[in-house]
Amino acid sequence: MASTEIYRYLVLNNGQSIPVDPEGYLVDRTHWSLDVARILAKEASIQLDEEHWAVIEVVRDFYRQYEMAPAMRPLVKAVGKQLGAEKGRSIHLMRLFPGSPAKVVARIAGLPKPANCL
Amino acid sequence: MPYLEEQNGCSTKGDILLVLRHAPHGSSWLREGLDIALVGAAFDRDVSLLFMGEGVLALLSGQQAGALGQKGTHPTLQMLEMYDIDALFVEQRAMERYGLVQEDLILAPQGLEEAGMADLIKHHDLVLTF
Repeated sequence: MASTEIYRYLVLNNGQSIPVDPEGYLVDRTHWSLDVARILAKEASIQLDEEHWAVIEVVRDFYRQYEMAPAMRPLVKAVGKQLGAEKGRSIHLMRLFPGSPAKVVARIAGLPKPANCL
Repeated sequence: MPYLEEQNGCSTKGDILLVLRHAPHGSSWLREGLDIALVGAAFDRDVSLLFMGEGVLALLSGQQAGALGQKGTHPTLQMLEMYDIDALFVEQRAMERYGLVQEDLILAPQGLEEAGMADLIKHHDLVLTF
């Protein structure tokens, strides 16, 4: 769930401070930018390439449309629909966003934690 | 009642049936019922939804977000297909009571009479009413 608790701040190169919650999700998703995504990715030891950005865009689209960040199953389906069947596989997403892809990609995309991601 | 399956390919069998009996916005019943549906689907259960009584109003098209910046339930309903929840049913009599026809609704739920609803309930292992 989205949290409004400010736990710490990300500091951008331009000196701007972005509040994040205890789990590393943005407190205010309108603070998201490409730089914010890069910093959040770096915290997860991920170097963003084109493959990552494509998935981030799919997830942000999903949120725009349904007002919720996708759990794993709809994430796989959405990626498959938009990027092609060979990308819409959990193994591909696990490789890009190791650990728990739905949670990791939502965090980097500046969205709330997927509510029904168990 | 095998004729239901022949009609549109929607199975009346499943693991979990959510009976949704509340309109949106007045309470959080509808939202909570839908949350359970998503959790069930995330656990790979076969989830069916039955919109009953004032619950049919959840499907009325042209709704906007609630007051006080609450999120509406329409985006969640539109999202059901991404969770592969496609067994959607609606109480026919409630539709008539509110003067609604299929064209007034988002999604394409299948209308059920009493016998159809009884059959639906009988064929689900778990029935939760919200």
